[in-house]
Amino acid sequence: MIGFRTLLYKEVLRFWKVGFQTVAAPVLTAMLYLMIFSHVLDAQMRVNGVRYAAFLVPGLVMMSLLQNAFANSSSSLIQSKITGSVVFVLLPPISYVEFFFAYVVAAVLRGLMVGAGVVLATVWFAPLTFVAPWWIVAFAVLGGGILGAFGMIAGIWADKFDQLAGFQNFLIMPLTMLSGVFYSIHSLPGVWQQVSHLNPVFYMIDGFRFGFFGVSDVPPETSLAVVAASFLIVSATTLALLRSGYKLRY
Amino acid sequence: MGSAVSIQRVAKHFGRLQALAGVSLEIAEGEFFGLLGPNGAGKTTLISCLAGLVRPDSGRLSVLGADVAADYRAARRLLGVVPQELVFDPFFSVRETLRIQSGYFGLRNNDDWIDEILANLDLTSKAGTNMRRLSGGMKRRVLVAQALVHKPPVIVLDEPTAGVDVELRQGLWQFVQRLNREGHTVILTTHYLEEAEALCGRIAMLKEGRVVALDTTSNLLARFSRHALTVRLTAGGALPEALRGRATPSDGGWQFRLAGYHEVEPILAALREAGCTFDDLRLTQADLEDVFVGVMQGEGLGEGVGEGHGEVPARGAVP
Ligand SMILES: Nc1ncnc2c1ncn2[C@@H]1O[C@H](COP(=O)(O)OP(=O)(O)OP(=O)(O)O)[C@@H](O)[C@H]1O
Ligand SMILES: [Mg+2]
Repeated sequence: MIGFRTLLYKEVLRFWKVGFQTVAAPVLTAMLYLMIFSHVLDAQMRVNGVRYAAFLVPGLVMMSLLQNAFANSSSSLIQSKITGSVVFVLLPPISYVEFFFAYVVAAVLRGLMVGAGVVLATVWFAPLTFVAPWWIVAFAVLGGGILGAFGMIAGIWADKFDQLAGFQNFLIMPLTMLSGVFYSIHSLPGVWQQVSHLNPVFYMIDGFRFGFFGVSDVPPETSLAVVAASFLIVSATTLALLRSGYKLRY
Repeated sequence: MGSAVSIQRVAKHFGRLQALAGVSLEIAEGEFFGLLGPNGAGKTTLISCLAGLVRPDSGRLSVLGADVAADYRAARRLLGVVPQELVFDPFFSVRETLRIQSGYFGLRNNDDWIDEILANLDLTSKAGTNMRRLSGGMKRRVLVAQALVHKPPVIVLDEPTAGVDVELRQGLWQFVQRLNREGHTVILTTHYLEEAEALCGRIAMLKEGRVVALDTTSNLLARFSRHALTVRLTAGGALPEALRGRATPSDGGWQFRLAGYHEVEPILAALREAGCTFDDLRLTQADLEDVFVGVMQGEGLGEGVGEGHGEVPARGAVP
C-alpha cells in the first residue's frame, strides 16, 4: 500500500512541479476557445434551450479534462521509458494493479485540476448551473479514468515521442473534438449522428453536460452505462498489458 | 548457509540472438561474487532476469529462496540492483529521489538510513540538489544509494564504478565491503579486473551467454598460473642458442613462460654458462587479466571445460 501511495505521490508531484505547463496552459487554451466561440456564436445561438456560451463550458471542461488525463499517463510513461528511469518503478515490489491505479488516479487528478481550473476561469463568461452534481463527478472521474488508462496503453506501446504524438493527434484529438463539445449532435445530418453515437467520448460529454443543465442528447443513464463499460474494457486491456510485461519487462 | 541467489538453466534470446544460453549459478549467502565477461556476454541480461526486468525463456531464478516470478514481491524486496545505465528522474532532488525509492519498497521515515548512505557515498552536500544538476559520477552514486535504501540482503552492482573518480571508488568499495562483512551478499560486474581480483571471493566468467569459468578467485589465478621469468641482458650479451626456442621478446628483454618455479634454476644455469649478465631479472605472476584473456580466447581451464558447453563445476565453492 505504501508502494502504491508513493508511486501516486510521485506521479502527482511530477506534473505539479511543472504545473504551469500541465495545468495552467490547458486552462488558458480552453479559455481562448470559449472567448472566440462565444464571441462569435453566443448572441445567435441556443442549444437545447441553453445559451451557447454556457452550453460550451461543460464541453470544454470535459475535453480539457480528458486530453490532460491522457497526456499525463502517456507522457509520464514514455518519458521514463526513454530516459530509462522506469527501472525505478519496475525494480520495487509494486504489483501491476498498484502500478495501474497509481498512474490512472494521478491522471484523473490532473484532469480534475485542469477541469476545475477551466470552470473557475470561465465562470465569468457564462453563468453555469449545477443541476445534478453527482452526475458531473461520476462522468468526470470515469472519463478521466478511461483516458488515463488509455494513455497508459499509448505510453507503453509507443517507443518514440512522435508515435505518441500521432496517437494524440490522430485519435484523441478527433475523438474529443468530434464528440459534441462544440455542438449538439442533433444539429448534425443523420449519418453523422449515427457515427457520433459510436464515439464513447460523446457519451462522456453528453452525460457530463447533463449534470450541469439537466438536459442532454441521450438519457444520462445510457451514457453512464456506455462510459462505465468503456472504463472496464480499457482498464482490463491495460491491466492485461501490464501483467504480461509488454514493452516494460522484456 | 543457504543460497543467496540460485540461477538454474536460464536461457533468453532477443530475436535471433541468444543472450543467455542456459546459465546456472549458485551464490551463497555472504559471498562477494564477481560476474565478468566481455561486452555483450550477457551479464546485464542475467542481472535483469534476476531483477524481473527481463523474463527468461526458460529456467528458474530465486533470491534467498524467493522465486523471481512466482514470489516476485519477496524476491524484489530482498534484492538491490544498481543498473548499468546512468538513469535518473530529472524532476527530483537527491533526497526526494531516495525518499520516493524508499516508499516504493514500503518504507516510510527512512531518513536515518538515507543520511547514512548519503554520508558514505559522499553525497551529503548534494542532498538538496536536483538530479539534473549532478555530474555523471554523482548520478552514479545516487544510483548506488537508490539500490540500498531498503537494506537489501543481496546487492547487485552492474558496473558501479564506470565513470566514478578514484577517491569515490575507494570509498564505494569500503562501503560495499562493510556491507558484505555485515552479511550482505554482493554480486559485482566490472571491466576493471583488478577490482574484481581484489574484492571478489569467487568469480564467474560469461561468454556469449554461457558460463565459461567459475571458481574462487585464488583457484582461477592458480589454475591459470602463468608464472614467467623476464630477463634483460647486459648490452652485448646474446641469448644462448639452446634457450632461443622458448623465449619471447618482451620489454627489451626476454620472457620465459614457466610451468612452475622448478624451471627457473635450469634457465639461469644455462644463461650463466653462456656468460650472460643481467640488467634486470623479474619473476611475474598471472593476474586476473591473464586469466580473463586466456579464458576468452578459449584456452580453457583444463579438465572442467569441454564439449563446447563451457560449464565448469564449482570447486571448493558453495557447499
Ligand atoms: N532489450 C534487448 N533487445 C535486444 N537485444 C538485447 C537487449 N538487451 C540485450 N541485448 C543483447 O543481448 C546481448 C547481451 O547483452 P548484455 O547487456 O547482457 O551484455 P553485457 O554482458 O552486460 O555487456 P556489457 O559489458 O557491454 O554491459 C547483447 O548482444 C545485446 O545486444
Ligand atoms: Mg552490461
